[in-house]
Amino acid sequence: MNGNTPVLALKGVSKSFGPVQALSEVDFEVHDGEVVALVGDNGAGKSTLVKCIAGIHPADEGTILFEGTEVQITHPTDATDLGIATVYQDLALCDNLDVVENLYLGREETGEGPAAVTRQMDEVAMEKRTGELLSRLAVTIVNLRAEVGTLSGGQRQQVAIARSLLGNPKVVILDEPTAALGVRQTAQVLDLIKRLREEGHGVVVISHNLADVFEVADRVFVLRLGREAGDFAAGESSQEEVVAAITGAEFGGNGDQAGGER
Amino acid sequence: MSAHGGGGAAATADVVEGVEQPRLDLARRFIQGDLAELRVVLILAVIWAIFYIQEPRFLSSVNLTNLVLQATAVGLVAVGVTMVLLLGEIDLSVGAVSGLCGAIMAVLIEQKGWSPYLGIAAAVLAGTAIGLFQGSVFTQFAIPSFVVTLAGLLAWPGAQLEVLGETGTVNITNSKVTGLVSTFYSDTVGWIFAVIAIAAFAGFTLLGRQRRVRAGLPAPPVGQLVLRIVLVAVAVLVAVWVLNDDRGLPLAVLILLGFVLLFFYITTRTTFGRHIFAVGGNSEAARRAGINVRRVRVVVFAIAGMMAAIGGIMAASRLLAVNQSSGAGDFLLLAIAAPVIAGTSLFGGRGSVWHALLGALVIQSISNGMDLLGLESSVKFMVTGAVLLAAVIIDAIARRQRQAAGRV
Repeated sequence: MNGNTPVLALKGVSKSFGPVQALSEVDFEVHDGEVVALVGDNGAGKSTLVKCIAGIHPADEGTILFEGTEVQITHPTDATDLGIATVYQDLALCDNLDVVENLYLGREETGEGPAAVTRQMDEVAMEKRTGELLSRLAVTIVNLRAEVGTLSGGQRQQVAIARSLLGNPKVVILDEPTAALGVRQTAQVLDLIKRLREEGHGVVVISHNLADVFEVADRVFVLRLGREAGDFAAGESSQEEVVAAITGAEFGGNGDQAGGER
Repeated sequence: MSAHGGGGAAATADVVEGVEQPRLDLARRFIQGDLAELRVVLILAVIWAIFYIQEPRFLSSVNLTNLVLQATAVGLVAVGVTMVLLLGEIDLSVGAVSGLCGAIMAVLIEQKGWSPYLGIAAAVLAGTAIGLFQGSVFTQFAIPSFVVTLAGLLAWPGAQLEVLGETGTVNITNSKVTGLVSTFYSDTVGWIFAVIAIAAFAGFTLLGRQRRVRAGLPAPPVGQLVLRIVLVAVAVLVAVWVLNDDRGLPLAVLILLGFVLLFFYITTRTTFGRHIFAVGGNSEAARRAGINVRRVRVVVFAIAGMMAAIGGIMAASRLLAVNQSSGAGDFLLLAIAAPVIAGTSLFGGRGSVWHALLGALVIQSISNGMDLLGLESSVKFMVTGAVLLAAVIIDAIARRQRQAAGRV
């Protein structure tokens, strides 16, 4: 991999829930400006790994290095403070609020002087910055004052991702960002992920869709039964190899399963 | 049926994807409840027309002034109810709290000899404390708010009986308290008020547009804003003209307007207001955005208690007495029905404090009109119930239409 220090590195991370060993000594790393796809069958430990990073389920064993420094992530705010943003599959948007309101929810900008006393919001500033952020990300939403509930699934995903960027995180984790999206909406979200890479964010994408994974990822990290089952450079490997790693089959023997996975 | 509608809407969303947000036509926005204010003004016009045809005195300045005075107590309580509805919760205790707090004020001032200011402050404080308590129980034990406040609905009238004591009735003679409803300002004051109100509205509207233009943001066309200003100006001028034709601009109206404006500001311009809408729309999303959902809920219930107390004080001032049935009867349902009729959703996250005022006018118009026609209580109860049911059905239809259009 790159010679420089990874922005986020996990070493020998294990996690068990009672008798169930969800993760066993996993080594995982992301660099700046790199998209790493995290793939694996259901129950392979993808979500658990992400939750360890996001501070929802702290790891039992192992160390987490952030920009080369060992850190403790025991609570979601630890992750946020470090600069790790997570966009979960349910997006956590308020459908009755508009794009600007959702983007700034919980960190509204307030005016100065008397407005600061009453916590009066500076709507113009928030709307302006929302427009700037979205156009930087090449996200086209014409009416920033449209309720998020009226947007398409792809646009909602884009809003959720854009929102995670407000805190200027180093690492962005996306949980199944293209699930349940149509072809064009998927393309929009993948474009946005590429844009995040260009901006220098480290991106972790959980996905079941290998076509999407190969379109956007630099590296494909495969988990199987809680263990690392492969770490492929996307440009130098085939979907068949990845599928074989996911299913645990010998490479070449079950190559046609790549079709089945789709 | 609804599944079919959902599929069609999803297909539509795909087509317009990436292109300009579809311009919802007026009729659809109307059905989906986006133009709730327009809807309630139409309802009000129809109701007034019906009663006017039956009894021309209904639209006399004397009766309209009475109607407004009757609506203030319900309107003030409804302001608090609206805030609770925005959370997606309900407060069934507001009627009982208003009665209890009216009684506390009356006893303190008339029997204990407290100054009217202290008596009123104590009553408002008591209402706020009750709301704080109910909100805390609701959030602490995660009990549905309707159950917690249902307990209040049963318990507080008991406290009211206790406060009122043996006789069960306290007459109010203190001029400061009775003056809350019986004070009217001269014609000149009325017109000055009208001019200030119109100028303020026009100023805020146009300045707000200017700020957006200066920041390079899309702004509504000037013509549309001017039309809105003209409509508001006409409404204000007609209202003041009617009030002046009778006794003048009532203090009670200014009190109601003041609270509506205060809470309109809080709900639409401050971070706290934004958080109320967020909690009402998706409390889990609000929590994950770092909002202290519990605090928002408790404070809103405290506000509901406070507004119930203020409504109770105004009701006492108008009736010149507090008795065992103050705050009982249909008072609670009217206060809840008012914002719902005007378009505040029972499901949370949608509505406006203005709905409290508009809805209170609708409800009170029906009640006042039926009184004028000399209808029996039996008919009045059934009509009021039917109106509430109709309002809730309209709300449910609007919600379903929004869902069919891919909105929640």
